[in-house]
Order: sequence, then C-alpha cells, then structure tokens
Amino acid sequence: MAEIPTSNPEIDEAAPSVLSLVLRKMWHLRMGVLGALLIFCLIFIALFCPYVSPHDPFKQDITKRLWKPAFMEGGKAEYLLGTDHLGRDLLTRILYGTRISLVVGLAAVILMLTVGVTLGLVAGYFGGRADAVISFLVNCMMGFPFILLAMSLVAVLGASLQNIIIALGLTGWPVFTRVTRIETMKLRDREFVLAAKSLAFSTRRILVRHILPNLLPAILVLATVEVARAIIRESLLSFLGLGIQPPTPSWGVMLAEGRDYMLLQWWLAAFPGMAIFMSALGINLLGDALRDLVDPYLRKT
Amino acid sequence: MGPLIPDSRFPSHSTSAPAVGDGYLLEVQGLKKHFPIRKGLLGRTVGYVYAVDGVSFAIRRGETLGLVGESGCGKSTIGRCLLRLYEATDGQIFFQGMDISKLSPGEMIQFRTRIQMIFQDPYSSLNPRLRVREIIGESLRVHNLVPQGDWQDRVRELLAEVGLQPDHMARYPHEFSGGQRQRIGVARSLAMNPDLIVADEPVSALDVSIQAQVINLLDSLKDKHGLSYIVIAHDLAVVEHISDRIAVMYLGKLVETARDRDLYLNPKHPYTEALLSAVPIPAPGGRERRKSRKLIQGDVASPINPPSGCRFHTRCLKTMEECRRIDPPLIEIGPEHHVACLLWGGGRS
Repeated sequence: MAEIPTSNPEIDEAAPSVLSLVLRKMWHLRMGVLGALLIFCLIFIALFCPYVSPHDPFKQDITKRLWKPAFMEGGKAEYLLGTDHLGRDLLTRILYGTRISLVVGLAAVILMLTVGVTLGLVAGYFGGRADAVISFLVNCMMGFPFILLAMSLVAVLGASLQNIIIALGLTGWPVFTRVTRIETMKLRDREFVLAAKSLAFSTRRILVRHILPNLLPAILVLATVEVARAIIRESLLSFLGLGIQPPTPSWGVMLAEGRDYMLLQWWLAAFPGMAIFMSALGINLLGDALRDLVDPYLRKT
Repeated sequence: MGPLIPDSRFPSHSTSAPAVGDGYLLEVQGLKKHFPIRKGLLGRTVGYVYAVDGVSFAIRRGETLGLVGESGCGKSTIGRCLLRLYEATDGQIFFQGMDISKLSPGEMIQFRTRIQMIFQDPYSSLNPRLRVREIIGESLRVHNLVPQGDWQDRVRELLAEVGLQPDHMARYPHEFSGGQRQRIGVARSLAMNPDLIVADEPVSALDVSIQAQVINLLDSLKDKHGLSYIVIAHDLAVVEHISDRIAVMYLGKLVETARDRDLYLNPKHPYTEALLSAVPIPAPGGRERRKSRKLIQGDVASPINPPSGCRFHTRCLKTMEECRRIDPPLIEIGPEHHVACLLWGGGRS
C-alpha cells in the first residue's frame, strides 16, 4: 500500500531556509564575494599590521640585504618574501604599505566625489551657462596630462601624504562630473522630477532626494574604479619620487626601489606590484557586485 | 482686475471666452508657449515651435474639462504651463481670480498645492528609489500638511482611497503593475489636497482593461473631494466618460469647445467631426455609420511653421478659399459651444 505523504513537498520547497537563501545570493555574486574578501583582508591588514607583520618595517640590516624569498633556494623562513637592498623585510613593508594605499585611495575619492558630483549635478540640472562653464572646465582638466598637473601641484604644495591626496583629488574629479552631469540630464526631464517640482519641493530637495539616489549605482561603480585608480596613481607618483617619500613603505616607493634590482632580485618589484594588482582587483569586483545590489530593479524580494 | 478686461491682443476671447468673474476656478487667457529652436555654437535662435498659440478657456469648481487633440498639438504643454513647470511665453492664468502666470517661485508655493498633476507614464512618474510611503508622504512632511507623526496614517488613508492596500506602503514602485502605479500617482496628488488636478493622458499608457478602472477612480474622487479636472487625452473615448465639457485642440489652438453631449451629438468643426469618426464603433449596427466615416488624411502640420489662415485647412475636408487667408477666432454659436471655423461665420463679420 502506498504511503500517505506526511508533508506537502511543494510547501517545503516554498520555504527555503535563510542560510540557503544567503548562500544562493552569495553564489550569484561570487565575484563580488571574492572582491569583498580581498577588501576585508586589506582593511584587516591595514588596521592590524603592527600585529601581523613579522618585523619592523624600518629596521635596516646591511648584513641581511637582498635575501631571497623563503620559497627560493637559499631563502630563509624568517623572511618570507626576502629582504630589500637595505635588509628590511619585504613582507612587513608590503603589509604596512596597505595603510598608505587605502588611506590615499579612499580620501582622494571622497575629495573627487565631493567636487565632481556637486559640479555635475549643477551642470546637469540647471544647464545653460552653468553647464557651459563647468563642461569647459571638465574638458580642460581632461585634456591636461595628469602627471603634469599632479607634479606641479606636489611641487607647489610639497610632497606629503596630505598633499598627494589633494593632488589626486583635484585631478580626478572630472570623471565624476561627466557621469553625474549626463545622468542628471537624463533624469531632469523624467516625470518623477516634474512631479517633485509640482509638489513644490525645493531645488535642493529635488537634487538630493530625487536625483542623487538615482545616480548612486553609476557613481558607486565609478567610485570603486577610482579608488583602485587612485591607489595605482599614488604608486606612480611615489615611484617617480613625487609622492610618499622613503623610507615610508608605500607600494610605489618599493616598486621604485626594486627597479634597480629587477634583473636578479625580481621579487623586490614583483611583490609590491602584486599587492597593487590584488587590491585594485578586489575593489573592482566589489564595486560591480555593489552596483547589482543597490539597484532596486535587480533586487528581488 | 485683469480678468475683467477683455484683452485686445487676443481677439478670440472678446467673443468667445465665457463671461469672467462668475466663480471660475481657473481661467486661461491667450496662453502662448513658444519653444525656441537653437542652432549652432552660440545657440542662436533660428525659429520657434509654436506649441501653444493663444488658448483661452475656463473651468468651474467641480467641473471636468477634457482637452483632446492629436499628439504634438500642445495639449500637454498647456498642462505643464498651468503648473508652471513651463514658463508661458504670453498670456495669463487666473486661479480664483489671481494671475499666477507671473508669480515668483516663492509666491507660487501656495498655489502649487492647489493645482496638481497626474502624469502619463506611470513607469516614469514614480521615483524608483523611494518606497510608496515616501512617494505619497513626502509632500505631507515637507509642507506640514498633517500634524507631525500622523503622516503615515494619512498615507494609509490615501492608499485606501485609491484602492490599494495599506501594507503596500513599504514597497517600491517596480513591484506594482501599471494601473497600481497610476493609483499611487493619484494618491500622491491627492496628498496635497488640490482643487484642480491636471491629468495628462492618465490612462494612455495602461492596458485597455485597466483604463476604465482608473477613469472610474478619478470620477469617484471628484465628488468626494470637490475636485476639478483637466483631463488631457488624444482619445475622445477616454474623456467622453468623465468630462463635463470638452475642448478640442489642433496645432496649438482650440478649434471647438462644447458640453460633453453637444460635442458628441452635434460637432461643428470639421476636425471634431473627423476625430469622432475615428472613434471605433463596436456595435454591428454601426456599419452604416462606418460607411459615412469622414477620416482625415495625412499628419498634423508642423508647429514650427504652421499653415497660414486656418491651421486645419491643409487637411480639412470642407476647406474653402478663404481658409488659407483667414484665421478664424473662437466664437460662440450656442450655449457654451464655441467653434473656430469659417463655416460657422467666424471671422466673416
């Protein structure tokens, strides 16, 4: 005799556990999860590098100079990634470098956002003369070589962490203005903006509450890309000697120092380069996933 | 005061506009909106789009005016001018006797709550990032329309009034169908306690099966809240149901205004006749009528370069020689029945 089913399988299926939902979502955004993990590692290292790093990043010891990484023949387990030309532990310096990179990346992008998005909103919403002036400014900035501008800024202001951030921020905002301006123009004539006008909302409210949130996905994606770019540019400036000054462990500084030993001691440049690559990759992956998450059209209940 | 003096610049309403001052809620006189066409580097103005070119009409409290015409004839532009979303090029808009067409944004605020708009596309008229609660309730909070802390209750009430559930409050617009979204739009307008609602093609983006529901909703809200409507539509069948009076528009001008029934049974202007002929006839007995259809040919002429004389003469089935020269004013030919056509004596006297 056939057994009477005790539960309806369809009902069981209709109520999946929270865990499986979370797992499914994570699988859907697996690249984003990978990115988030990378970023989490970066932040963790930046916060706790004095505790996780095996050595002092500034301590020089000429007798230990240019040791090979542990996995190579002649390497020492004590110095996992080897030592640089002054006998400092490479791993420790890379770990400390995350601090510089993250601070520079985030601070520069916040500066870019503030300037760029504000100008973009004004240009896109009001149009006319404001738009003409701002667009001209953007085009000038875009046409100007970044290195030249950053160099002159640093030359005038002096090379310090704070000034690097200012230089990167003041050269990077035009991209945000462009994106914000175009998107604002598209939204300006949408009926919900007209509706907000007919509800007698102030221009400020319309811009901040009705237009800005609709720009968020575009801005967020751009911002993550720009964090990665700012990190790379900081390395570039530091590499050229215009940025962070030695002996502060910045990835760019380390690349520059490693350049002289590229042929025989390749790891001196390769590992800082890897660090730059991994952090930029992680930020980009996370940015992509964030865009999917904040978009209400893609957000399924 | 302005509205009492006939304005000689607008010959049409010296004979046509209903007598002023007798309690009209809204009165529009000689409204014009010309959009400049800019070209070249310096943005030189090379011409104008004559979207609305001298329109006069009036609405009583509690009345519904249907504004009908083909797309591109300027009917939406009129709606947006009334809300001051566009600045009128010329003409006056009197709201309860007060000219609101030249008020500064600050002075306008008190009237903004009185005139509201329902938009055509329910997929574009709701901010996709705000929950329904915010969409409907934002104006309540910003303008302090209800005591603080009560706004959510008011939103629930408004949702119920437009036939939605109170728990729809927490949802986003994309979770609703077109008809439901349009209801949310109606609730948003109602929140301001308006006297006049301009409904710009309120149902043309909806399925036919939903259209009647939304029209009925508007109709039922009208008596309850003492609303007046201007219903803009390209489809006579839509406005037929709820309008007290209908104004037919062609290329920036009114060609005929009449009471609902007069217009349907006794259209005077050849364009109105043609529009009525174009309404589909569902009954089998309509075959005879179908044969006698007078359909117009071709497209609306360009509002950038409108035809001389009567603007409809290029497509009119009864066009005469004078139609090319004389632009007929809107004249009264019966009780509340105005026509702008030489066939009915306009412009000959």
